[in-house]
Amino acid sequence: MADKKGWKDLMRGGDLPAATSVQYKTGSWRSLRPVFDPSNCIHCMICVSYCPDMAIPTKKTDEGVTGKAGRVYKGIVRLETDFDYCKGCGICATECPTKCITMIREEETVESSSR
Amino acid sequence: MATIQEIVSRETPLAPGHRMCAGCGISPIVNTVVAASDKPVIIANATSCLEVTTTIYPFSAWKIPWVHLTFENAAAVASGIETAYKSLKKRGKITDDVNILAFGGDGGTYDIGFQALSGALERGHKFMYVVYDNEGYMNTGNQRSGATPFGASTTTVPAGTHSFGKPQWRKNIVEIAAAHRIPFTAQAAVHNLLDLYNKAKKGFGADGPAFMAVLQPCTTNWHYDSELTIAYSRLASETNFWPLYEVENGKVHINYKPKERKPIEEFLKGQRRFKHLFKPENKHVIEEMQKMIDEEWERLLQLEAAQVRF
Amino acid sequence: MSVTKPLTGAQATAEAMRQINPDVVVAYPITPQTPVVEFFSEFVANGIVDTETIPVESEHSAMSATVGAAAAGARAMCATSSQGLALMWEVVAATPGLRLPIVMPVVNRALSAPINIHCDHSDSMGAATIGWMQIFSENAQEAYENMFLALKIAEHPDVLLPAMVLQDGFITSHGVENVKVLGDGIVKAFVGDRNPDRYLLDVKHPYTIGPLALPDYYFEIKRQQEEAMINAKRVYLEVGNELSRLTGNKYPYFEEYRTDGAEAVIVVLSSAAGTAKDVVDELRNEGKKVGLIKPILFRPFPYKEMREALVKFAVVGVLDRSMSFGSYDPLYADIRNSLFESERKPKLQSYVFGLGGRDIFKSEIRQVFNELLSGNLDSEHHKYIGLRG
Ligand SMILES: Cc1ncc(C[n+]2csc(CCOP(=O)(O)OP(=O)(O)O)c2C)c(N)n1
Ligand code: SF4
Ligand code: SF4
Ligand code: SF4
Ligand SMILES: [Mg+2]
Repeated sequence: MADKKGWKDLMRGGDLPAATSVQYKTGSWRSLRPVFDPSNCIHCMICVSYCPDMAIPTKKTDEGVTGKAGRVYKGIVRLETDFDYCKGCGICATECPTKCITMIREEETVESSSR
Repeated sequence: MATIQEIVSRETPLAPGHRMCAGCGISPIVNTVVAASDKPVIIANATSCLEVTTTIYPFSAWKIPWVHLTFENAAAVASGIETAYKSLKKRGKITDDVNILAFGGDGGTYDIGFQALSGALERGHKFMYVVYDNEGYMNTGNQRSGATPFGASTTTVPAGTHSFGKPQWRKNIVEIAAAHRIPFTAQAAVHNLLDLYNKAKKGFGADGPAFMAVLQPCTTNWHYDSELTIAYSRLASETNFWPLYEVENGKVHINYKPKERKPIEEFLKGQRRFKHLFKPENKHVIEEMQKMIDEEWERLLQLEAAQVRF
Repeated sequence: MSVTKPLTGAQATAEAMRQINPDVVVAYPITPQTPVVEFFSEFVANGIVDTETIPVESEHSAMSATVGAAAAGARAMCATSSQGLALMWEVVAATPGLRLPIVMPVVNRALSAPINIHCDHSDSMGAATIGWMQIFSENAQEAYENMFLALKIAEHPDVLLPAMVLQDGFITSHGVENVKVLGDGIVKAFVGDRNPDRYLLDVKHPYTIGPLALPDYYFEIKRQQEEAMINAKRVYLEVGNELSRLTGNKYPYFEEYRTDGAEAVIVVLSSAAGTAKDVVDELRNEGKKVGLIKPILFRPFPYKEMREALVKFAVVGVLDRSMSFGSYDPLYADIRNSLFESERKPKLQSYVFGLGGRDIFKSEIRQVFNELLSGNLDSEHHKYIGLRG
């Protein structure tokens, strides 16, 4: 409790600044980890659109990235999963049309980077 | 025609770090609906899973202006915001254009918030109300609501030796909303985000209130594995349990017609709330359910064919 | 700079609202508040104000929409009575926690059951502990002026709390009086515009209103709210001084009427104080040392000032227009509480009168004074005025 602010220092009326939840790392909830194989990805954005935790970052690229069958994918592409927030639900793996995401148990990861 | 690329390139209204269960479909619904707005969005949120999991003090997952007041009044709060917007605009006190959006769970919409919703629709405020429908009071632990389907077991109407779960049919909230003669009402589901996005665009563009019911399978209380949320939503449409349709200016349009509708068992199986229905003594419940679904689908087709205004 | 107009209390309230010209007014009818929203709606219909109104479907939505509008950045008001206040209670209770400066005229009416449309204070007394300021009005003049007072205090940056302005149902709300009405420009200059430091429609500065606060934070947020109430007591006098310059009237925490050298005083709220003043005059003429205290600011309650006033008297009778079933009646409880720190305490007697609109007569008040002066009192049990045995 001592690390928490006293009543004089809180915003009035219980109001909160926007988007402070990023300080709360839900990655620690994860027991399964999505392992992403970029070489099989068609950057269809299905996983990104369904991810309940906004844990699949994207970027816009003109040069493009190499994906399935060595093809270069331009425009908006997905990046490695953000393990700070990924809860390991497995929706991305289930919905991926190319099956390029596999769920493995956290304990089986070589370097456990769950934070 | 919109694309998934277009949807995901918009900044999401929700930040990560929210406390929804792993595999919950609420945030894709929220992100997709808000992405469809070409103006800044202000949200009024009823007490619900969405509200409690996104604002556990001192952490808010909302990047956009957001207010929660109580359980049953999101539509009334939105009325107030919309009227303030009109007034302050008229008086030159603000310049920004906005869209006003209310979110409620099915409990906060079909049940306790029904009156406030009806009042706001009847008064014609220009706002959109979206119910994400997980078919029960879920943040409070799976109690029955007016949206809970026939035959489902909940903690307040559990299945037992003398009960097969809920003995009533769910309310048809979309038709009830449409009966207010508002410009746009729709039924959507989390698996089809493009459809949801297109509907949300129409809703925001409507000249008056818009209403959408969006199916949101609940991994925790329907009790299935978290990776199957989207799959269950899809099955709900493929079985005609949850048809995707819209009522635009009073006319029904069905957005998805399965080539061959799947039997309802495919949707029911694997969900613990329906597990008891697979006992021999409850065979009649599934049969009755199937009959009702087929009749309702026929009725919807007829409504579409007739093109008679709601 | 004022004109005198014959107005009912409800009309006087609507007149104040016309002059304030809020951004949003939310209307739902309930007797005896109905004429407030009717008169105001007529101003809107005839273009006399350009306020946006919301004719809602219930009081629950009335308060909800008012909160929505206030959170969005508007100066927003609604009005109610009795069952309406009871129905909106959930939202009424949530509003002070959000620190939204909403002013709500409440026309006091008895609570069901049995259903009754006439005056007593059981409606607003039930909402006296949840963080709204409460300012009581004796007559239409006060009901009118208290709207400006309440608005300025509510919106003061050190306060930011909602306020109820109370008047007696029918007795005040429907009785015509000559009311001194300030010039529109004077009111406009006095109330200015609401300038919230943050609001939802300021979309470039998004923030979250109404989160879930658990045991680790809820307590601190409530402590802030209490600080605002403490400040409200000081700000009340400051704003009152400002308003005095315009109206020439005074805005004390409570009015002391002919209490100089009084032995027995009665404490009574709102319109009954008017009747009691006549009795005080009569008894003074007869040489009896009696006086009256009329509380105005009921929440926050001015305990210290009340104590300092009351210790001068030998006997004090407190007349409540509502009962607090199973405990001391609300006004009496506060008067009794205010005396705890004092070495010297007057004798006290609690009375209940006027429930469900039962008239109180001068003869009855005279009898109360006689009883007080007789010293035959019981501070632990209330007596009833005008009740059949
Ligand atoms: C007036 C009132 N009654 C009951 C509750 C308790 N309550 C809070 S949320 C809730 C259920 C919400 O169900 P729903 O609207 O479907 O949202 P979900 O939790 O399923 O997302 C209940 C019963 C409350 N907060 N307020
Ligand atoms: S769903 Fe699969 S193929 Fe599509 S972007 Fe995601 S990982 Fe790549
Ligand atoms: S496992 Fe779930 S939370 Fe993690 S990236 Fe995939 S969809 Fe997102
Ligand atoms: S209980 Fe269900 S609806 Fe609520 S957050 Fe969990 S999965 Fe989502
Ligand atoms: Mg629900």
